[in-house]
Amino acid sequence: MAQAASIGGEQHGPQGFWTKYVFSQDHKIIAMQYSSTAILVGVLGMVMSWVIRLQLGFPGQFDFISPSTYYQTITLHGMIMVVYLLTALLLGGFGNYFIPLMIGARDMAFPYLNMLSYWFYFLSVIVLLASFFVPGGPTGAGWTLYPPQSITAGTPGSGMGILVMLTSLVIFIVATTMGGLNYITTVLQLRAKGMTLMRMPLTVWGVFVASIIALLAFPALFVGGVMLLLDRVVGSSFFMPAVVSLGQQLDYKGGSPLLFQHLFWYFGHPEVYIVALPAFGLASDIISCHARKPIFGYRMMVWAIVAIGGISFTVWAHHMFVSGMNPYFGFFFASTTLVIAIPTAIKVYNWVLTLWGGSIRLVTPMLFAIGFVSTFLVGGLTGLFLGNVVVDIPLTDTYFVIAHFHLVMGVSAIMAIFAGIYQWFPKITGRMLSEGLGRLHFWVTFIGVYALFFPMHYLGFLGVPRRYFAYEGVNFIPPSAAGLNVFISVAALVTGAAQLVLLFNLAWSVFKGKKAEDNPWQATTLEWQTPHTPPRHGNWGAELPVVNRWAYDYSVPGAPQDYLPQNYETPAEQPQRAST
Amino acid sequence: MALAIVLVLIVVGAVAFHLWSPWWFTPLASNWGQIDMMLVVTIALTGVVFVAINLLIAYEIVRFRRRKKQTASYVHENSKLEWTLIVLTSIGVVALLAPGLFVYSEFVSPPPNAIVLEAVGQQWQWSFRLPGADGRLGRTNVRHIGTHNWFGIDPNDPYGQDDILVEDSEIHLPLGVPVKVLLRSKDVLHDFYVPQFRVKMDIVPGSVSSLWFTPTRTGTFDLVCAEYCGLGHYAMNGKVVVESPEAYQAWLSTNKDFAHELAEGASTPNAEKTPDDILIETGEHLAQAKGCLGCHTTDGRSSVGPTWKGLFGKQETLGDGTQVTVDGAYIKESIVDPTAKVVKGFPPAMPAFSQLTDEELKALVRYIQTLSDSPKDK
Repeated sequence: MAQAASIGGEQHGPQGFWTKYVFSQDHKIIAMQYSSTAILVGVLGMVMSWVIRLQLGFPGQFDFISPSTYYQTITLHGMIMVVYLLTALLLGGFGNYFIPLMIGARDMAFPYLNMLSYWFYFLSVIVLLASFFVPGGPTGAGWTLYPPQSITAGTPGSGMGILVMLTSLVIFIVATTMGGLNYITTVLQLRAKGMTLMRMPLTVWGVFVASIIALLAFPALFVGGVMLLLDRVVGSSFFMPAVVSLGQQLDYKGGSPLLFQHLFWYFGHPEVYIVALPAFGLASDIISCHARKPIFGYRMMVWAIVAIGGISFTVWAHHMFVSGMNPYFGFFFASTTLVIAIPTAIKVYNWVLTLWGGSIRLVTPMLFAIGFVSTFLVGGLTGLFLGNVVVDIPLTDTYFVIAHFHLVMGVSAIMAIFAGIYQWFPKITGRMLSEGLGRLHFWVTFIGVYALFFPMHYLGFLGVPRRYFAYEGVNFIPPSAAGLNVFISVAALVTGAAQLVLLFNLAWSVFKGKKAEDNPWQATTLEWQTPHTPPRHGNWGAELPVVNRWAYDYSVPGAPQDYLPQNYETPAEQPQRAST
Repeated sequence: MALAIVLVLIVVGAVAFHLWSPWWFTPLASNWGQIDMMLVVTIALTGVVFVAINLLIAYEIVRFRRRKKQTASYVHENSKLEWTLIVLTSIGVVALLAPGLFVYSEFVSPPPNAIVLEAVGQQWQWSFRLPGADGRLGRTNVRHIGTHNWFGIDPNDPYGQDDILVEDSEIHLPLGVPVKVLLRSKDVLHDFYVPQFRVKMDIVPGSVSSLWFTPTRTGTFDLVCAEYCGLGHYAMNGKVVVESPEAYQAWLSTNKDFAHELAEGASTPNAEKTPDDILIETGEHLAQAKGCLGCHTTDGRSSVGPTWKGLFGKQETLGDGTQVTVDGAYIKESIVDPTAKVVKGFPPAMPAFSQLTDEELKALVRYIQTLSDSPKDK
């Protein structure tokens, strides 16, 4: 059905079904495409986590889980969750939907590029899934893909699987680069009148700085991936010294496995902040809204985001403390890592101080936002162990690390995402999610993740190594640890099942949810002030908004209501504006 | 309200878990008690922060819950408070970093009187080398690895001749003597880790890394690989036996040196060996060379794959319940098509070795046969 669309004076040509809905250049539709793809692939990643926990909780009980399957599963689980779920959902999903709306723009600066970036992401997912069908199956090298093992015999998928994985990553990086260029340009160039940088909501700051980090960090993964591909395909020796693999002398010579690790982690550490910074931003805006209080220390929050972004490029080798690199590097990287804890701690204090003196309503998004703070706290604190090089030595490559990174990324970032979903579903769909199901989802998830991951730290204190298919030959582990593993597995399965509640809630509420008002949470940020809910193409109708205040005017003394939208003018402010 | 209660319960539960759960550091067996001290200090500091902030949040969501006719405060800046918090956090960071780096500086400085041990990692077993009477390890290169030279020692390096070779995954150490472990890999990344010693270090092919420790009590400790190295990573387990210096010396003299290893290869001229001897020898060397011993032991221990000890002639049950007698035909089939008849209880993890010649297959079968007790084999 072709129709001419007119928005704010701009004429569109007639749009067919394909241009309007499939190859859409509307940032909101692209955001939905990113989000649904990411969530679907994330569900696959979650099912994989169940397979891992089945093997660890009940070793030997499931014939279909061989060492090969196990290692392929942990690899795909990690890669899917970090890259294809979290990065895609936070930048491609949340970033795409909210940047134009929160800054008062009609769309991204480069809508066509935006559309392309989604389809490249989609292609990268297809290629990744294709690795299940190639001879030898997907790579089982661990999500970190370290050579020499990722490309030599003895590791699952070292034939074809690794090639497919690297190809998929290269395509993903193209998509992310396109996206990053878009988000940065849009924030810098398309802010509405009156929307200075220091009036932007922290969600935008989080995605903005994350995008800058992404453009600077992903290239390291790109070149590392290409060099690894070359080592595997043409026999170059970027990362390959002379080795004897399962009895065969290989032709490589002179390369350095550590070079790959430096390249990988130069990307890999900033990557976790690419995930964390948008999560921080979401949490700030949601906590502020539901405490009816401005975010505490907005300027400091912005500087903390920028500082974390900058310092994140100086800490990478804390992933390599026992890698065999020059041991003196340990002094430097331990210092920078513990320094980055300072701006991060400030953010935690400021969330807590935002709650102080507030008028807190514990609706589902707020529950998840507070859950984010609590789980980020424990995950971040364990970072202080791992960053302090000599304390890292007994703990690295044990379950302590697994507990740490799951809590900071797999739990707290996901909690922020859930908070965002519950917060903005009404704006995106025009309907409310079921509050009852939302609470059920929250309680099982929040208690479940603590049950799951808190005890895991103690397996790490014991010294239980990670990436083990089974622990039969290992005697120092007390038999009671087997019981603990059963407990953790059961908690994981129950917590995983609870996520189905959210999926059901989403599917049901899209059609049957209570109709939402334009601004059900009485929030100040611009996206809630659109003339229509859901926002239509062009977002603002005939006139772009004009911004008069910052993003956090909640409970302003003397104001007529307990929130002042960013484009709201008090009677006192009105006469100042000249006629349009 | 419920959230406040749950947060308090989480705090109480976490503290209780910490104090009363049975899972704690594996008892220390080395000089690295300072690492344990740093761990405890960090737990204390982070524990206090964890408890304080969660309890504060719990308090806030009760005290400042939404009530009719009560608005929130608009106060959202307090420079003094923020800078105080920054300073306090920085002090906390320094309080962790300073002692931590001090202990780390000891980690990177092995004592000059440390004895030297080389640990060699390969998929999926350990072997060890000691410098011998001349106190120096011979030069190595992966290109020298072959029959009678599994360590890849340069045969032309005089320092290598007296190197003591320990080819199984068990190493002994004398009590109370600091040891610097030099780490070398033949193939992929590995990691030398004994939880009771606390220290670990990756092993990187193409270079030599190291760590040091002083064993402080006798016992037998697990050596585990702590860097994912492929299918058999979880089965790459060795043992470190710490004993009195006398017992250690006794053990030391039971190991051969490189000169003897080389001589073995040259000694019995092939003319004096029977064809069967040569076949068995070839089989034994193939088992090492092709990586079979990475997953199959010869001493009865179960590993990634079934042990070869007592295998020939045995009745095995397959995954589908059928029985099979292990004979030459079954072994050959399992080498070239390993997933065809997998023994029950073992994963279908073995790669296919389809490029072996008939002679090589025959040699392997004959070697496996010699590992069964049946008298007719000898």
